[in-house]
Amino acid sequence: MSELETAAHPENLRRVAIDPVSRVEGHGKVTLLLDENDRVHQVRLHIVEFRGFEKFIQGRPYWEAPVMVQRLCGICPVSHHIAASKAMDMIVGAALTPTAEKVRRLMHYGQILQSHALHFFHLCSPDLLFGFDSDVAKRNIAGIAAAYPEIAKQGVLLRKFGQEVIRVTAGKRIHGTGSIPGGVNKNVSAEERDYLLKDIGQIIDWSRAAVGIARRLFEQNLEFYNKFGTFKAHTLNLVRADGALDLYHGGLRARDLSGNTLFDHYDYSHYWDVIFEDVKPWSYMKFPFLRSLGPEAGWYRVGPLSRVTQCDFIPSPLAEEQRKAFLAFDNGNAAGATLGFHWARMIEMLHAAEVIQELLFDPDLQGNDLVNIGERQERGVGVIEAPRGTLIHHYKVDEHDQIVRCNLIVSTTHNNQAMNEAIRQVARQYIDGRKLTEGLLNHIEVAIRAFDPCLSCATHALGKMPLEVELLDAAGARVDVLTR
Amino acid sequence: MSRKLRVATTSLAGCFGCHMSLLDIDERLFPLLDLIEFDRSPLTDIKHCGPCDIGIIEGGICNAENVHVLREFRKNCKILIAIGACAVTGGLPAQRNHLDLGSCLTEVYLTEPGLAHGHIPNDPELPLPLDKVHPLHEVVKIDYFIPGCPPPGDAIWKFLTDLIAGKTPELGHGLIKYD
Repeated sequence: MSELETAAHPENLRRVAIDPVSRVEGHGKVTLLLDENDRVHQVRLHIVEFRGFEKFIQGRPYWEAPVMVQRLCGICPVSHHIAASKAMDMIVGAALTPTAEKVRRLMHYGQILQSHALHFFHLCSPDLLFGFDSDVAKRNIAGIAAAYPEIAKQGVLLRKFGQEVIRVTAGKRIHGTGSIPGGVNKNVSAEERDYLLKDIGQIIDWSRAAVGIARRLFEQNLEFYNKFGTFKAHTLNLVRADGALDLYHGGLRARDLSGNTLFDHYDYSHYWDVIFEDVKPWSYMKFPFLRSLGPEAGWYRVGPLSRVTQCDFIPSPLAEEQRKAFLAFDNGNAAGATLGFHWARMIEMLHAAEVIQELLFDPDLQGNDLVNIGERQERGVGVIEAPRGTLIHHYKVDEHDQIVRCNLIVSTTHNNQAMNEAIRQVARQYIDGRKLTEGLLNHIEVAIRAFDPCLSCATHALGKMPLEVELLDAAGARVDVLTR
Repeated sequence: MSRKLRVATTSLAGCFGCHMSLLDIDERLFPLLDLIEFDRSPLTDIKHCGPCDIGIIEGGICNAENVHVLREFRKNCKILIAIGACAVTGGLPAQRNHLDLGSCLTEVYLTEPGLAHGHIPNDPELPLPLDKVHPLHEVVKIDYFIPGCPPPGDAIWKFLTDLIAGKTPELGHGLIKYD
C-alpha cells in the first residue's frame, strides 16, 4: 500500500477536507488526516458520485450507444461518442470509408483542441499565472480576463474554434450525433471547410504561443516546477503502427518507470489480458493496474505527458519540434515532472491544430461515401486517446441488436492511483508540519488539476465486464464459447 | 453602474455539459463578466455558496450530498434556475431508477470479473447514494427551467441577459431545445 494512503491510528487525527475540488470537471474531494503537530498521516482523493451508465445501457439498441454514453461527460463528449462508435464499427463488421474516418478524426482533434484550451486557460491559468497561493477572489478566469486580457481572449477563441470544428462535424457543439456505427452521417461541405480554414492560421499561431507560455513557466521557476508533486510512474498510451502519436487509433504501449517496454502495439480488443482493476473502500472510482505487475506496483499514468514522452515522434512539424525541445529541456526533467503535463498538453493542442489544418485540405472530407457495413459481430471494443488519456469502451450485443454487456474504463480512472500519489507527494513537500492555509491546500488541487481529471466521466462505473472463454481449434475456428 | 450581480453555479448529478454550454457564449463571456461576478462555481475556488442574486444548477439529485448543496443554493439564491435535462427531469442518469441500487453495487464492486479485491466502497467519506435520481423541483422550489441537453450557449446568453436587464426571460422558437 502506498505511503500516506491509510493512517495507522485515524481516531486521534484531525480531518481537513477540500470539498469540492474546484476548477476540475466532476465531483471529487480530498481528505487529509493530521496530528497535533500538523504532520500528515493520510491523504486521499475520493470520487463521491455513483452513476450507472454501463448498467442502464443494457437492453438498449446498439446504435444508441454513441449518443447515450457521451452524456457521461460534457467536456469531452466526443471521446465517448467516437469510442462507442469504434466499438459499434466492430459490431456491424465495418471498415470505415476514407471520408468517414477523416470526418471522425477532424471531430476528435477539434475536441482535443477545445478541451486542452479549456483546461489550460479557463481552469489552470489562474494557478500558473497568479501563483498557487494567490488571492482566492481573483484565482479564476475572471481574474485572468482582468489581468491578462489578451491571454484570456486567445484561450476563449481557441476553445471556440475547437467547438466549431465539433459543430461542423457532429451537428452540435455538445452531445452531437455525427458519428454512427460504421461511419458518419454527414460529410464536411466546401462552405464548412472554408469557414474553418479562414481562422486556422491564427489558431496555429496562438497554439504555438500557448506552448511558449508553458515553457516560460518552467524557465522562470525551474526547480519548483520540476519537483512539484513529481514521482515516477509506468505509462500507458496508444501509438500508431510506426510509433507516431495518434489520438484516434493505434496499439497499446506500456513502459515501466525505468522506460523498459512492457508491451507494444498491443491489440486493444483484448485489453483485459493486460489491464485489471482494484477497488478501495473510500472511492467509487476503481484502480486499474497492469496485470503483469500486480495491483500494488502495476498502477500507471495516462494522458498528454505519457503520450508526448512515449511516442516515437509527433507527425506534424511544429509540434514535433516542440516535443524535441520539451524532452531535451533541463536534461529531461520537465518531461518527467507532474507540472510537465501542462507543457505536453499545449504541444498536443498545437498538434491538433496542425492536424485540423491538414485534414481541411483533404478532398476526402467532401466525399459522399459515408457508411460501411459488413458481417455482424457480437462483441466490439473501441479505444481512443481522449484528451485525458486512454479510453476503453467494450460492448456485447445480442441477436436482437440489444446491448447485453458494457464495460468502460475512462481516462481519469487510469490516473486514479497516479493522482493519489501526486497529492501525497505534494502533502509531503508542502503541507507536512506546516500551519495549513487556503493557499497551501490549493497546492493539492494544483497537483490534481495537472492531470486534467474528468471526475464526471470516472463516476460512471456500474456494470459488469463480460468474461468470455473461447475454445479454438488448431485452425483458429471457434469450437465453443463460454460466457459469464 | 450599479453593483455586479452575484451568480453561483454548480453541477450535481450532471456531466458539466451545461457549464460547457455556458462557456459556449464564447467571447461574450467578457461583457458578461462586466455585469456579474461568480460565487461558488466550478470556475472559482469558492467552496460554499454565499448570498447570491442568481443560482444556476445543472444535474439532478443522486446522493445525499447533492441534497445538501441544493438546499444551500436555495437558501442563498434569490432566483434559482434548473438548467438542462438532468436538472429539469433527472435526465439520462435517471435511467437507473428502474434498477435496484444494492444489486448494482454488488455487481460492480463484488462479482465483476477482472477485479483484484472486490468489496463495495463504504467509507464514511462517500455520500450515500439515493435509490432514485430526482429532478431539482422535487426537493426545492425552482424559479426557472431551461430545457435541452444541453441548452445552447445562445439560449443561456439570451436568458441571462434578459434576467440581468430586469426583463422576464423569453427564449422563444429556436432557442428552446430538447436534445
